[in-house]
Amino acid sequence: MGQFILRRSLASLIVLFLASIMVFLGIRALPGDPALVLAGESPDAATIAAIREQFGLDAPLPVQYANYVAQTFQGNLGISTKDRIPVADILVERLPVTLELTSLAILVGLAIGVSAGIASAVRRGRSTDYVATGLGLFGLSVPHFWLGLIAILVFAVKLRVLPASGFVGLGEDPVENVRRMVLPALVLGTGLSAVIMRQTRSALLGQLSADYVRTARSKGLSRSREIRHGLRNSLTTVVTVLGLQLGALISGAVVTEQIFVIPGFGKLTVDAVLSRNYPVIQGAVLVTVTGYVVVNLLVDITYAYLNPRLRLSGASE
Amino acid sequence: MSNPFNPPTIAGAAEAGSPEAAVLEPARRWRRLRQRFLRRRMAIIGLAFVLLFLLLALMGPLVAGDPSEQHFDAVLQGPSFAHPMGTDDLGRDVFARIAGGARVSLLAGVCSTALAMLVGVPVGLVAGFYRGWVDPIIMRLNDVMLAFPFLIFAVGLAAILGASLRNVIIALAVAQFPAVLRIARGEALMLREQDFLAGAIADGTRDAAIIARYVLPNSLNALIVQATVAIPAAIIGEATLSFLGLGVQPPTPSWGVMLTHAQPYLAQAPLLALFPGLAIALVTLGFNLLGDGLRDVLDPRSGR
Repeated sequence: MGQFILRRSLASLIVLFLASIMVFLGIRALPGDPALVLAGESPDAATIAAIREQFGLDAPLPVQYANYVAQTFQGNLGISTKDRIPVADILVERLPVTLELTSLAILVGLAIGVSAGIASAVRRGRSTDYVATGLGLFGLSVPHFWLGLIAILVFAVKLRVLPASGFVGLGEDPVENVRRMVLPALVLGTGLSAVIMRQTRSALLGQLSADYVRTARSKGLSRSREIRHGLRNSLTTVVTVLGLQLGALISGAVVTEQIFVIPGFGKLTVDAVLSRNYPVIQGAVLVTVTGYVVVNLLVDITYAYLNPRLRLSGASE
Repeated sequence: MSNPFNPPTIAGAAEAGSPEAAVLEPARRWRRLRQRFLRRRMAIIGLAFVLLFLLLALMGPLVAGDPSEQHFDAVLQGPSFAHPMGTDDLGRDVFARIAGGARVSLLAGVCSTALAMLVGVPVGLVAGFYRGWVDPIIMRLNDVMLAFPFLIFAVGLAAILGASLRNVIIALAVAQFPAVLRIARGEALMLREQDFLAGAIADGTRDAAIIARYVLPNSLNALIVQATVAIPAAIIGEATLSFLGLGVQPPTPSWGVMLTHAQPYLAQAPLLALFPGLAIALVTLGFNLLGDGLRDVLDPRSGR
């Protein structure tokens, strides 16, 4: 297990290294002077000089990259061109918001997805199954942002039970925070639940027809025990799916934040692109990619822990 | 493993080609596949949806009229005989814009998938066929691309290249690339071990000819199934990017742009948000149903 973790961590580090080069080169690929790009609109000469100095923009590219990495490790991600606030400070402020949203969405996705998946597998070929698989397919086909608009229309405009948009910090007013997070989390979690439902169903169906369950059944094991056995072995599938869906979840969070005007990471990134705030884009993309690679690594390790065959054979794919 | 183009099948599941493909003669095989397909009612419903939207995309302006024409006497109106889906805030016919949006949507979905296949299939087949030192390098580079969640990548690309339909197609193609590559590689890896290929290799047939004549045709089933998963994902991707303002720019009709415009009028004209969303949902549902059916027929072992 130790060797597996070491090898996977090393691979993740290489990926991060190459990804950081891509982010670094991205800004340099823009037409024009990178110092001007990083300084924003109508900068004064002193600002440009300071940026040129800080990132060593006159040096050759490899030196610039080394400089960029060193600055990043010191927590210096540049200055937002919009409000002259350090990018790192903005990211630290926005990150918890997105983490709250995605955590709630994962809870929603797991709660709906796993239970619907079990119900559908256990009642295979009956009406419960058809309704669940039908809704699952629908959930896969509907874009998040439309679901979000419809949710606003129904719950905020027509029924007036929940606010249409906006955000209140968890520390400021926990009750209001949850009230405003319900719709976004439901919208983001629904898409996830559709995928989890389909995978749970097919994994559990596979387990229930496996030889060991058939043997157990012939020995007189009750149906509920049978399902419990199958479920335990389907757990790896759910973990894998969660890992695979992480990217979709991050992408979904970007859109959800935009619709519900939640000041998280995704809204920050999109707003930065629309206002050409390159230091913020660079910082946000780098942090998102880093987080994504790290969480994927954790998922892989969890997966290996749950599935000893993979760990022992030493295969990572 | 980062984006909607990577269907959450467990690794290896979709990588099973049908060995009978190499055995049956083409005409008989085709007839058999068609019979098997026609027995699946849901798949046929899916195909019907896809054809309907294809027709709408091709015939759009003929049937529905000019999507940019403004009727100033009819702003934000409900459905009527003159405007079957009503008009938007600028007095434009919603049905005409839905038809125009179908064109943009299908163009983005099909072109990005084709582009990803054009590059990803050869690279994947070569990686799987040769293994050796080529394979690990390609797979590591693939991992780097997977390190970018789809939308984050597309957002970054929009920041660098600017927002347009062409750049949306590039972003969507790049996002699909890792999945295509993985599937093509898996097929090549598996086919390499088959007896009929070993025969060709022993014959001294050139590698390029083996890949083109044996490996590629036998990988087609899995690739077609992947395309039916990728196209609807790309359609949603285009709509999402356009919704965020990072894709197709107004006044070009796009379902995503239409939904952005509809948001401020949710209370006044909820139908404005209903139709574009329904269009996206129906066309993706159509592709998903069609894909499920094709998968059952072409790639029975992958299961669902």
